[in-house]
Amino acid sequence: MFKLTVNGTTHEVDADPDMPLLWVLRDRLDKTGTKYGCGIAQCGACTVHLDGQPVRSCQTRIGDVGTGAITTIEGVSGRVAEAVQGAWRKLDVVQCGYCQSGQIMSAIGLLSTNPKPSDADIDGALDGNICRCGTYQRIRAAIHEAARSLA
Amino acid sequence: MLKIRQPTPSPRASRRAFLTGSAAAAGALVIGFRLDLRGARAEGAPALSAVKANPNAFVRIAADDTVTVMIKHLDMGQGNTTGLATILADELDADWSKVRTEFAPADAALYNNLLMGPIQGTGGSTAIANSWMQLRKAGAAAREMLVAAAALDWKVQASQITVESGVVRHAGSGREARFGELAAAAAAMPVPQEPRLKDPSQWRLIGQKALRLDSVAKTNGSAIYSLDIRRPNQVTAVVAHPPRFGATVKGFDDKAARQVAGVIDVVAIPTGVAVIARDTWAAMKGREALKVTWDESLAETRSSDVILAEYRETAKRPGIVASQRGDAEAGIKGAAKVLEAEFSFPYLAHAAMEPLNATIERAADGSYDIYAGLQFQTIEQATAAAILGTTPDKVRLHTLWAGGSFGRRATPSADYIAEAAAILKAWGAKAPVHLVWTREDDMAGGYYRPTVYHKIRAGLDAKGSVTGWQHVMVGKSIMIGSPFEAMLVKNGVDGTTVEGASDTPYALPAYRFEVHNAREGVPVLWWRSVGHTHTAQAMEVFVDELAHAAQVDPVAYRLALLTNAPRLSAALKLAAEKAGWGKAAPEKGRAMGVAAHESFGSYVAMVADVTAGSGSLKVNRIVAAVDVGIAVNPDIVRAQVEGAVGFALSSVLRNRVTLKDGVVQETNFDAYEPTRLTEMPVVEVHIVPSQAAPTGIGEPGVPVLAPAISNAVFAATGQRLRALPLDLSGLKGV
Repeated sequence: MFKLTVNGTTHEVDADPDMPLLWVLRDRLDKTGTKYGCGIAQCGACTVHLDGQPVRSCQTRIGDVGTGAITTIEGVSGRVAEAVQGAWRKLDVVQCGYCQSGQIMSAIGLLSTNPKPSDADIDGALDGNICRCGTYQRIRAAIHEAARSLA
Repeated sequence: MLKIRQPTPSPRASRRAFLTGSAAAAGALVIGFRLDLRGARAEGAPALSAVKANPNAFVRIAADDTVTVMIKHLDMGQGNTTGLATILADELDADWSKVRTEFAPADAALYNNLLMGPIQGTGGSTAIANSWMQLRKAGAAAREMLVAAAALDWKVQASQITVESGVVRHAGSGREARFGELAAAAAAMPVPQEPRLKDPSQWRLIGQKALRLDSVAKTNGSAIYSLDIRRPNQVTAVVAHPPRFGATVKGFDDKAARQVAGVIDVVAIPTGVAVIARDTWAAMKGREALKVTWDESLAETRSSDVILAEYRETAKRPGIVASQRGDAEAGIKGAAKVLEAEFSFPYLAHAAMEPLNATIERAADGSYDIYAGLQFQTIEQATAAAILGTTPDKVRLHTLWAGGSFGRRATPSADYIAEAAAILKAWGAKAPVHLVWTREDDMAGGYYRPTVYHKIRAGLDAKGSVTGWQHVMVGKSIMIGSPFEAMLVKNGVDGTTVEGASDTPYALPAYRFEVHNAREGVPVLWWRSVGHTHTAQAMEVFVDELAHAAQVDPVAYRLALLTNAPRLSAALKLAAEKAGWGKAAPEKGRAMGVAAHESFGSYVAMVADVTAGSGSLKVNRIVAAVDVGIAVNPDIVRAQVEGAVGFALSSVLRNRVTLKDGVVQETNFDAYEPTRLTEMPVVEVHIVPSQAAPTGIGEPGVPVLAPAISNAVFAATGQRLRALPLDLSGLKGV
């Protein structure tokens, strides 16, 4: 039995310690905003925050989460999150939208530690997030837009 | 609740189901399918302009003033939900902030794609094109019904009433009412069959930037995709599929699989062995523990390079003549110069971000519900019904957001929906079943863009004009062997295979296009822009070669050949102008290339600015010009072209599905890597102003990218790369 703190709420989960956090969130806790894309940490669709740091939940065993605070797209809040989501909406970044939870979690992670990222900083933080619809130009623009609104 | 009237699925229509013969196995379905995917033809198509106003099918107005537009298409990211709602809302004079959307149920009588005949489905960039008049009339009719209700209540003349942003007004009496207040009375008014449509000068939403209606739900985790549906007591199924196409289950040992915690059952189905479990992880672990032996006696066991080598041999023999004008051979014989080139293309996986999946359940009364990112509703409904031994009207479809598709969710065999139905049936429908394909299942599951080979010879006279063009193509037809073959394959020619080449707009005096339909066990399918994915590369690179051989500027050379194609010419001129075509490159190894191509009734030209040499290639900037007729939502048009570049770039640079002795080698994003953020060029999109009826833009941005880049690589390095993906290994330094 594991105790997981997700978006500020503690849940008890009876599962194998090897079970990836991704499937615990989606199939046990109904937090379906976090997406499955590849299962091998190549696409970033499953990105969540563990103690504020972006992690790939498909490669995070629940046995390793411990007392860490997990935040999913459903639970993000605060100035940075609002700026990022607002910029995504203002620039109409999404197409199919399936990868965007992960993109947004990565972008919030970046802007939380680096409020004025350069293009190279964005490359470094977001290159692990695949968008098959190819919305990258707007993702980049939205991160700059969010940074401006936070300034 | 007050409403104009909720559309109800029509059992009459569903029973018709467009099946001829008995409801046999899915493979035996014969479907009367008219495919007119070329939106340009649509402008004059009587079906589109003669469609009767049917507001009840497409709009619902509630007491709280919300206006819900029924969306008969799948939105897999292309933004058609917003575009379709825009068309109706403008004619209705609705308040955009009150507009909502809902995916329509399966009902081909109400919701068929007017460019696909009796089929409800999404594809061929037709969503906006086929719905344009239908939704304008629906919105205008609903508006007239609201006005008629107000006129009756206020005892004034309807002609003195105005409507603006969800409010109905009579200036003379000073009375006004919101849509929600009038909805119930409006529902009782007769439906005007030919309502008066707005003059384009009166449009308030069409042609403007309206924010996407799905942006909020897709940025806070609340949008429900196919993979996110949760039904009471739902179980998850993962299927062990054969390693080679065409293989079947010989036997299996499920002892260890059943020991895995969470595994509920293991059942054999026609496409493999399904492990049913309490959640996805348990199902995946159960499948790992499963031992299956396969009967591969009918399986495809060739490697992809062997298949392509066979194509090369096949191309030496005469094929089926798909189009011909003049005497191409004689033209080439008398030419001052003859050029020859071959182009080859690999299998490509769609690799949508959301792997294929679907949920199916049996209701207490023996009817069924299917939840998925459904793209081909009429086919999916009929196929599932045949497997479940029921009639299509007993299968309700619930279309959800799809995490991409690029064509993959619309298969003539409804493959993954059929598999979900087969599992439910084999298991006895004890609970709702969610069939989940892993990334590996999705990538190795076939239905690829076919591998294709083109061989072209052309002659030029002393002035560089084409004297003859002889073109042979080899590839597996998408339609042959599908339920659509009888309707859509004429004299052995499948239009979806040869489109964009056999019907080239270039004014060639002598042209002969031959096709060979390859036979192989690899299932193939339309992949965002279908035949144009390869014909545009063959045509546009080869025309570029002719221009260089003729020592004429590639833009000027094309324009001289496009005298009968004014819209494509205009797009080409605009792209060249905006890109600064003809200006000297700022540095060595950097150059521009161009391509122009019509697909699905839309006209797209692209100029690629690349830096190439020493085995590497960087695409710096793409300038595109597009003519889509009236751009209903210009920002979404731009987004689709930006996205087409991001989507297609990895297929130019590296993507290929290869088979080794029949086994797919690339099964995840490590080996089949989509474009990444750092590779994305700057994309500028310019829209050609137009008053023509809207066509589509989901696909037409894709075909021109590869030839524009290939031609830029030649301009930068002097080396001609033709095969996709581009083989940069031999690219020398400059």
